[in-house]
Amino acid sequence: MTIQTSRRSFLKGAAATGAALFIGVNAKGAFAAASGVADLNPFVRIAPDGIVHVVIKHFEMGQGTTTGLATLVAEELDADWETLAVDLAPGDSNRYANLFFGTQGTGGSTAIANSFMQYRQAGAAAREVLVAAAANTWGVAPADVTIEKGILKAGTNSAHFGEMVAKAATLTPSEEPTVKDPAQFTLIGKDGLRRKDSRGKTIGQTTFAMDVKVPGQVTAMILRSPRFGGTLVSFDASDAADINGFIDAKALPNGSGVAVYAKNTWSAMQARDMIEAEWDFSAAENRSTDEMIAYHQGLLDKPTYQVREGGDFAATGKALEAADTMLEIDYVFPNLAHAPMEPLNCVIEPTANGVKFYDGAQFPGITQPVVASVLDLKPEQVEVETVYAGGSFGRRATPLSDYQVEAALAFTTLGGQTPVKLVWNREDDVRGGYYRPMAAQRAKIGLKDGKIVGWDHRIAVKSILKGGPFESVLVHNGVDDVSVEGIKDSHYDIPGMAVGLTDAETPVTVLWWRSVGHSQNAYSMETLMDAAAVAAGADPVQFRLDHLAGGTPDQVRLSGVLSLAAEKAGWGTPGKHMGVAVHKSFNSYVAEVAEISVQDGAIKLEKITCAVDCGLAVNPDIIRAQMEGGIGYGLGAIMRNKITFTEGEVDQSNFPDYEPLRITDMPDIEVHIVASAEAPTGVGEPGLPPAGPALANAIFAATGTRVTTLPMTDSGIEFV
Amino acid sequence: MATNLKINGKEVSVDADADTPLLWVLRDDLDLTGTKFGCGVASCGACTVHVDGVAMRSCQTYLSDVEGTEITTIEGVSGKAAKAVQTAWRDLDVVLCGYCQSGQIMQAVDLLASTPKPTNDDIDAAMAGNACRCATYHRIRAAIHHAAEIMEG
Repeated sequence: MTIQTSRRSFLKGAAATGAALFIGVNAKGAFAAASGVADLNPFVRIAPDGIVHVVIKHFEMGQGTTTGLATLVAEELDADWETLAVDLAPGDSNRYANLFFGTQGTGGSTAIANSFMQYRQAGAAAREVLVAAAANTWGVAPADVTIEKGILKAGTNSAHFGEMVAKAATLTPSEEPTVKDPAQFTLIGKDGLRRKDSRGKTIGQTTFAMDVKVPGQVTAMILRSPRFGGTLVSFDASDAADINGFIDAKALPNGSGVAVYAKNTWSAMQARDMIEAEWDFSAAENRSTDEMIAYHQGLLDKPTYQVREGGDFAATGKALEAADTMLEIDYVFPNLAHAPMEPLNCVIEPTANGVKFYDGAQFPGITQPVVASVLDLKPEQVEVETVYAGGSFGRRATPLSDYQVEAALAFTTLGGQTPVKLVWNREDDVRGGYYRPMAAQRAKIGLKDGKIVGWDHRIAVKSILKGGPFESVLVHNGVDDVSVEGIKDSHYDIPGMAVGLTDAETPVTVLWWRSVGHSQNAYSMETLMDAAAVAAGADPVQFRLDHLAGGTPDQVRLSGVLSLAAEKAGWGTPGKHMGVAVHKSFNSYVAEVAEISVQDGAIKLEKITCAVDCGLAVNPDIIRAQMEGGIGYGLGAIMRNKITFTEGEVDQSNFPDYEPLRITDMPDIEVHIVASAEAPTGVGEPGLPPAGPALANAIFAATGTRVTTLPMTDSGIEFV
Repeated sequence: MATNLKINGKEVSVDADADTPLLWVLRDDLDLTGTKFGCGVASCGACTVHVDGVAMRSCQTYLSDVEGTEITTIEGVSGKAAKAVQTAWRDLDVVLCGYCQSGQIMQAVDLLASTPKPTNDDIDAAMAGNACRCATYHRIRAAIHHAAEIMEG
């Protein structure tokens, strides 16, 4: 077992509460002192009936974190899985920081990876004091006390946790409670644990922010500039007066739009449609998509940065001159909207000394200080009650807290006394920006005697991170890491590789979209490797393996998933059209083989065979679900999604013209998880990057068409 | 103007404009928030309810259309097909974010009530209007087959 059991205390970054009995001073405020629920530590609560409540510091957007973190505690505590409950933690970066970020937030497929030891130690600490309490009560040695499914036992003595928790809460666990040897795991890594969020979501009882209604709330929708970067000049709301339930319309103080207030959602939607506004577009994005593509492509000639360690464009140029075969491929990647099923929304209400949000809060540790600065409060005066989120795919993780700030401005503009529920509709979502950035790429690859001798790869894309709070962490020497991730650090042994980057400038707001830079960079890398294999007359799987033969740990694991996916897919079966791709992202390694058929010239996706190495698999079925979901989300976008502009205005508006993947598109998916003792790594995003290029390579294998302008439907590909 | 409705077996009176979408009557007036808003244009199916036993998009069904009908939402759906579908959904852990799943379940119940042994093509045809951005489709197909088995007993 090579899992790093760092000496980090599970309470570090989680301001220690010791083992005090934290009755009534808990996160949700939901348990009154009379309920007798004890917080044994910030992550584990025990109710008098013995039911274990695990406090979940990451928000649940479907990625399975409520189940995953609960599994870690239940394992160490030997709790009863069936009765265990999960409570969503409040905004509190002192107790609930993401240990990789230093503030509370979910992203980068880090929920299990950063919490793995912390939640196990929290479970082990609770176990230690419960066992000690039972031993003391029964007059036996702690070593003689066992726990099975939440029942403490020693000889003929037996008690559930609730019977021992009062005493346990007075005891102090060790600084570094002993966790189980992985060989003893009975829950971690096992199939058969059902999700903790299934039941509520199958009976319509799970509360999403869209479902929150606080007494006296009004609904606000924002009329925003139709072009990014436009500012409000004036507006006329006189026609809205006829709408039943319309309350008022007020300009937001930052010029970003008009807040339209109404008694409920339907009234707000109708009233907003009646308002006329004039905008100043002098600083706005006024170009159309064709001009924006040409602009990005123009940036490829002279890259601002060379980002590959040891890369040198002059040397690469000489190597390319010596090649006997040259490939030159241009790529165009469109802006993409995240379009989570639940349109953005949140509720803000006044409290005794500040405000409180109800939000599917992905970055509460950012929202608190950002909103505090807008409302002239201290961060601790901004409470965040996290509720379930109807998807995100990155959209709820805005470093600038865009929609929470809108809510705060709408709230304060109305006088700061009335609770406001901010609601976006689907049109707002599709046209609202914070897109996956548009990108242009150009690669020149030279081969000699079937071997790669030079690779010149250039990227033009708007930086996601510059100007935001993560710039100091993820921008190095001017280079935004996520613009070039998956290319500059490619694990293939590629001689003579240079990678250039130029930041594109546009007022169109951009954001991480599930798998971030990998979403386009894996597409170019893996279709280029395919093209190089074809040019070399080599088998695409073997060609990749030949370039992963250097023996580095990354190469060994990439080769492992590649070989496994190829074997399970029946790679090389005569008569089958298949394409392959393999990529590392978020410290996980995923290979996928796409199998397609061609029916009257149209492509039908038959099957994706996926192999994933994400270290120790905590919840195998959740990993399978994340691979399935990441593949589906990626395929839908690659096949037919794009955000385009005509004179600065977004052409798409809703699902009919931003068509999501449908059940009729969904291939069969088979997921194979590599057995591993390495520390767990990400699963929410890594399934996505190989899906697009695997499909593209299958299309090439079947038709000879190499798709380099996305979405595929823009390159003349039709799907069944 | 008050409109009388029968929802989940209960008579209720709603004071809203006749052209108000049923979706917003359910969510904002009656606090039946299990029915979800996803697109407002009948393109995603998150708002699916049963009107006289038939799956309908409540965002494009208006208050004036449903007076005198029997409306069923996820909160009130019951019977053999509903129980089988909800059980199958849990057995296979279909849900991810879950926001679309009320609509998926209402649509699947409608399918199984009329087609107790659906083929993959039947499932695709019935469920094609229900979007899931988490792409749980692979499991939805499997769960509908599983529900059909449960119904057979």
